[in-house]
Amino acid sequence: MELVLFIILALVAIASALMVILQRNPVYSALSLIVTLGSIAILFILQKAYFLAFIQIIVYAGAIMILFIFVIMLLNLRKDEFGPEKRKLQRFFGLVFSFLLVVELFIVVRYALFGKTGESLQVAEDFGTPQAIGRLLFSTYLFPFEITSILLLIAMIGALFLARREE
Amino acid sequence: MVPVTYYLLLSGVLFSIGVLGFLIRRNVLVVFMSIEIMLNAANLAFIAFAREMGSLSGQVIVFLVMTVAAAEAGVGLAIIILFYRNKKSANVDDGNLMKW
Repeated sequence: MELVLFIILALVAIASALMVILQRNPVYSALSLIVTLGSIAILFILQKAYFLAFIQIIVYAGAIMILFIFVIMLLNLRKDEFGPEKRKLQRFFGLVFSFLLVVELFIVVRYALFGKTGESLQVAEDFGTPQAIGRLLFSTYLFPFEITSILLLIAMIGALFLARREE
Repeated sequence: MVPVTYYLLLSGVLFSIGVLGFLIRRNVLVVFMSIEIMLNAANLAFIAFAREMGSLSGQVIVFLVMTVAAAEAGVGLAIIILFYRNKKSANVDDGNLMKW
């Protein structure tokens, strides 16, 4: 049952990820990306990452994608700027190298891990819940957690500074 | 129970799709979305390993990656707006000021 769900979600994720890069219109790309992020969020739930699944939907599918769509609307691209993507050579090498990357990753996973990992460890009852993650964030990972607040502050100031119109 | 290898293979395929999009697309917004796909593929691998190892540290790292992704999206989209304002184009090939 879980395997069937996994296969369906994997196919949806791969198909919509392909749609992201094959669509000419960036608005459609953004909408396909939301589908990808949603199916990855459900895969997170299958892996008992409940808290992160909802963070994924709220932060990624909610905030970041809305930002993307805002910018697409703001730029107001004309039809011709979606562009025939002319560069044949670049496209050819892109296909070749990303296919090679898939093959490499398959080989690595196949030989490094296949057969070695059968049953997953039994995990604690509260694995992946907001309580468990929060406890870890405020004890072991307190310093990185505090650093992220500074990172977000810097990003906010940076974005404001960059988007400001020069008078 | 789905084996962790399936998740890693899916993560690898998604990452490669992101790389492919990064290499073949010239629209700066789609290039940026390809980066988001790659980040998500890496997150999926982290989550799969966290479950496999029974350790929550992997999930905390994914949390931090998402924070970085949010910051990156904010600054990156501001740069895209600036780029469009200066070049009147959303094509990455037009950003060749620092190219020799």
